[in-house]
Amino acid sequence: MSADQATREAFGEALVALAGKFPQLVVLDADLSKSTMTAAFAKHHPDRHLEFGIAESNMIGAAAGLALCGKVPVCASFASFLAGRLETIRVAVMLNRANVKLVGTHAGLGIGEDGASQMGLEDVAAMRALPGLTILQPADARETRQAVAWMLAHDGPVYLRLTRQKLPEVHKPEYVFKVGIADTVWPPAVKTSPDDGGHAGLHPAGHFQATVFASGGTVGEAVAAAQALLPKGFAVRVVNVCTLSPFDADAVGRAAGDSSRLVTVEDHNVCGGLGSAVCEAAAALGLGVPVVTLGVKELGESGAQPELYERHGLSRDHIMEACIRNLEA
Amino acid sequence: MKEQTASTKSLRSEIIRMIAAAGSGHPGGSLSVIDLLAGLYARHLRHDPKRPDWPERDRLILSKGHACPALYAVLAEHGYFPKAQLATLRKLGSPLQGHPERHRLAGIEAATGSLGQGLSMGVGMALAAKLDRKDFRIYVVCGDGELQEGQVWEAAMSAAKFKLDNLTLIVDCNGGQIDGPVHEVMPLEPLADKFTAFGWDTRGLDGHDHAAIDSALAAAKQITGRPQALLAKTVKGKGVSFMEGSCAWHGKAPNPAETEQAVKEISR
Repeated sequence: MSADQATREAFGEALVALAGKFPQLVVLDADLSKSTMTAAFAKHHPDRHLEFGIAESNMIGAAAGLALCGKVPVCASFASFLAGRLETIRVAVMLNRANVKLVGTHAGLGIGEDGASQMGLEDVAAMRALPGLTILQPADARETRQAVAWMLAHDGPVYLRLTRQKLPEVHKPEYVFKVGIADTVWPPAVKTSPDDGGHAGLHPAGHFQATVFASGGTVGEAVAAAQALLPKGFAVRVVNVCTLSPFDADAVGRAAGDSSRLVTVEDHNVCGGLGSAVCEAAAALGLGVPVVTLGVKELGESGAQPELYERHGLSRDHIMEACIRNLEA
Repeated sequence: MKEQTASTKSLRSEIIRMIAAAGSGHPGGSLSVIDLLAGLYARHLRHDPKRPDWPERDRLILSKGHACPALYAVLAEHGYFPKAQLATLRKLGSPLQGHPERHRLAGIEAATGSLGQGLSMGVGMALAAKLDRKDFRIYVVCGDGELQEGQVWEAAMSAAKFKLDNLTLIVDCNGGQIDGPVHEVMPLEPLADKFTAFGWDTRGLDGHDHAAIDSALAAAKQITGRPQALLAKTVKGKGVSFMEGSCAWHGKAPNPAETEQAVKEISR
């Protein structure tokens, strides 16, 4: 329950907490249970943990078979290694409409020192092209716990993308995760009536220099950027996109209505992920709003996570600059 | 035995006719596997065509999904759907897709066609049976060329690890694949030694001899603690002289004259 926690840790705790509520839940690993944080579940429920060794394709195919016989299999590995088995996911999981939960940890540059071969940087682009696959990337531990509970209750395939690094808390205790709905994490909500039904949306009223769409590891950076810009006289909103697919296009439409520009920032390749989703929504809605997309343009490298976010343009300072570029007097 | 022969003759004719009507498809591998599928459904698989979602049923996964005309012919024979529907193979909107899809046709257990994936799904189903203490069995039918896919051997390792004695793999060893003979494209021998080394109960049989098929399947059911591999020697295009042993007929539809000749030969 500590404020700063990696979403993979919150996921591991949630599995243990929810094991009783979901008797059909089984957890599958490919020799990474200590990294994906499923090891605690394996310890508590050895009879419901299936270790497949270093063989992800077979793990995913077997998960499909388990699901077709009524089990709720959670398949955990690094995001990069799951996305590498895209064709198995496409046929065994998607074409069978199998109720498989794919959990890719170690998302993006955020893994740090292990470097490029371990970084999931194209997984969202690949998974977003699979119709019917729900993609979730929670921004903090509170959201992760709720996303895991939703995922296990949902009848259908899900891809859950999680971080290795600790993330600051961006949601208040009263936050309620709603699939398919992007939520505003900055500025803080003001109590209004009537209840806006979950589109807690784009409060408060007024004009924003920019609305930043962020997801997972970049949400905290975006909030820090918005906070730093406030004393400089720039109002910036931060929208957290936990559900990357299906994408909340309405949130883009609303943001375009009261923001001079949109900024996207993601720990993922700049192609095919959050930035693309925002641009697609803006284009489809016929919005003339400019969109600045911040994302990774390379295959990754070793370094400390803050250094990598700085070097690849995902840090607080880069987000600030993207919000006010060409505006400073 | 006589009746079976008559039955597989009509199944072979249906395979030829439906591929001819579709104008495309895979006759070679459908004709090599048909005796195995016919025998399984007639005398070994626990199934109920009236209840294709019966939880206690045995599951068959046709991992060599391109041979689905053979499976469709057998399913129609058992009443899963009207035989008239066979003529819709590969047509827009038909439940009889070019490769089988579970959610489009009752009786299909898994979408296949991307070779090498069926055994993994079978491992998952067999694990589910073990976890739930159910006694249904899983049969996976694959081609020999398909064994070139690495995922098959990942699955073979895991089936032995999990002691899946409720899982039987039947390999349709017709010796041919699209680019040529299996032994030239990428040799698999010694295949029986490979499965034995992976911890499987392994036996060979003649995949067109109904008595041999019956005894191999019966023997496999008796094995405990290990999955079973049945290596069935078959002939690609079996029953049609000009298709037999020919890789050219792996994925080609016969023209009207060839169709007539093939059906005539089969009914002889």
